[in-house]
Amino acid sequence: METAFYIAGAVAIISTVFTITRLNAVHALLYLVVSLLAVAVAFYTMGAPLVAALEVIIYAGAIMVLFVFVVMMLNLGRRAVESERRLMQGTIWVGPSVLSALLIVEVVYLIARVGLPGLPPGSGSGMLAPKQVGIALYGPYVIGVELASMLLLGALVGACHLGRPVSEKAEARYDGNSDGSRARSGGSVVRAGVGRSADAP
Amino acid sequence: MRRDLIFILISVEIMLNGAGVAFVAAGSRWGQPDGQIMFLFILAMAAAEVAIGLALVLRLYHHRHTLDADAISDMRG
Repeated sequence: METAFYIAGAVAIISTVFTITRLNAVHALLYLVVSLLAVAVAFYTMGAPLVAALEVIIYAGAIMVLFVFVVMMLNLGRRAVESERRLMQGTIWVGPSVLSALLIVEVVYLIARVGLPGLPPGSGSGMLAPKQVGIALYGPYVIGVELASMLLLGALVGACHLGRPVSEKAEARYDGNSDGSRARSGGSVVRAGVGRSADAP
Repeated sequence: MRRDLIFILISVEIMLNGAGVAFVAAGSRWGQPDGQIMFLFILAMAAAEVAIGLALVLRLYHHRHTLDADAISDMRG
């Protein structure tokens, strides 16, 4: 179990170093996904299976897909096609493939050793079942759960606001002078407030 | 010095993940679930930060057609 932990940690460090030294964003994201998977394996060997699963599902799944979508949206045109062709025929995928093959060998070994329904007996100290984490999360930390839900709601509203389609007129206004648009929107906000206060008795 | 906004966000993700690894390792060392709970909070915060950050990056690219962080240093407040 300790050997597996050290191998996963080495894979995580190597792939993270490759992540921050790549020049192409897609290559960096490939290595970052491998790094997150390696950290998930390390969590599993440390005796934290719930966090390992969440690392794979949310970090390597949702957040990285978001990154890849944005990179693909930004990288439009002929340059993207050429880079795609280089990605398919080059040897760029060899590094991430080797590192993730190492990880999958490790995971298969761990699962075959302890059996699928059984959870790993953590290295050194005992392992923490998801049940304990859930009890603590909704016991003393319930206010943190509420705060996290408020944070996610704020992020949702903010992302919707920032990602709304920009009309041509508003874009021209933005390109012209930003002060005028700010003053105009501020003026409308003030007018709405004034109207509401006038309606009130 | 690299100024690509995508790489800045990727590096922030790496740093948050490192802090999460430290929390989980400490919680595993003392056998307490608190470290994993802190990791869950870091996860929620990272998801919110990435959503807002990538929306801002898309917006910036729409307006300035660049991802250079120095290109928007004329936005003074």
